[in-house]
Amino acid sequence: MRFTLKKDKSGVVIVGVEGQLIVGNRQELKQKVLDALEEGSRKFIIDFSKTGYIDSSGLGVLVSLSKKIREQGGELRLAGLNADLQTLFELTKLDTLFAITRTAEEALAAF
Amino acid sequence: MSLHLDVTPDSMRLDVPSDLGMVGDAVELVASHVPPGTLSPRRISFNLRTALAEALGNAIRYGTGEDPERVVQVHVELARDFVRITVVDDGHGFDTSRVPDPTLPHHVDREYGRGLFVIRHLVDDVAFNEKGNGICLTLRAG
Repeated sequence: MRFTLKKDKSGVVIVGVEGQLIVGNRQELKQKVLDALEEGSRKFIIDFSKTGYIDSSGLGVLVSLSKKIREQGGELRLAGLNADLQTLFELTKLDTLFAITRTAEEALAAF
Repeated sequence: MSLHLDVTPDSMRLDVPSDLGMVGDAVELVASHVPPGTLSPRRISFNLRTALAEALGNAIRYGTGEDPERVVQVHVELARDFVRITVVDDGHGFDTSRVPDPTLPHHVDREYGRGLFVIRHLVDDVAFNEKGNGICLTLRAG
């Protein structure tokens, strides 16, 4: 499990989630994104293309981050969900809260 | 802290310290010892892992209050046509009927409250003990 952060030349922060996003590591992701927000970044993509599973705490931290980023005039987009994760977002209706694209590149192009 | 999984041909037992940081390792330990055949690799990779992470997270956070002196017990029954996981804590339990539907419009943007909802959609059967401090998750073959 690890999180990677890189900043695109246009200033979009792309966060990679490798492994899982669950109750045990969600605070680490939250802090990384909040640090980037504090440093002035406003556009974020979380790329789940290397993510195996997400629990409800992981979903919750995404909701929380989305609110905090919006409060600062920014936007959080999600990308790379596999079929199971996409279904999870649809079941929980979180697909109505987030802009979700197939790939991080598509999310980047949509900013 | 290390985890020790007791494995027999038809069961597994694991005591997980009440530490949210142990959930990922505990899930991997159990999932990687479920023998192939009963559940598809995809269901082990996603349904079993996610549901077990939910159950452990709830037990540690709400049941044992993240008290490092306490443990959460996991028992896995391995049958030919199902895998049944029981997670029990030593807390006071809770009334599952009072958990609101997280998909209602005024709940959907809340940070918490999706755990049981997610579990119910990932496994074939969910049962609770009378006290409400134990959850039993059954995934049937397929």
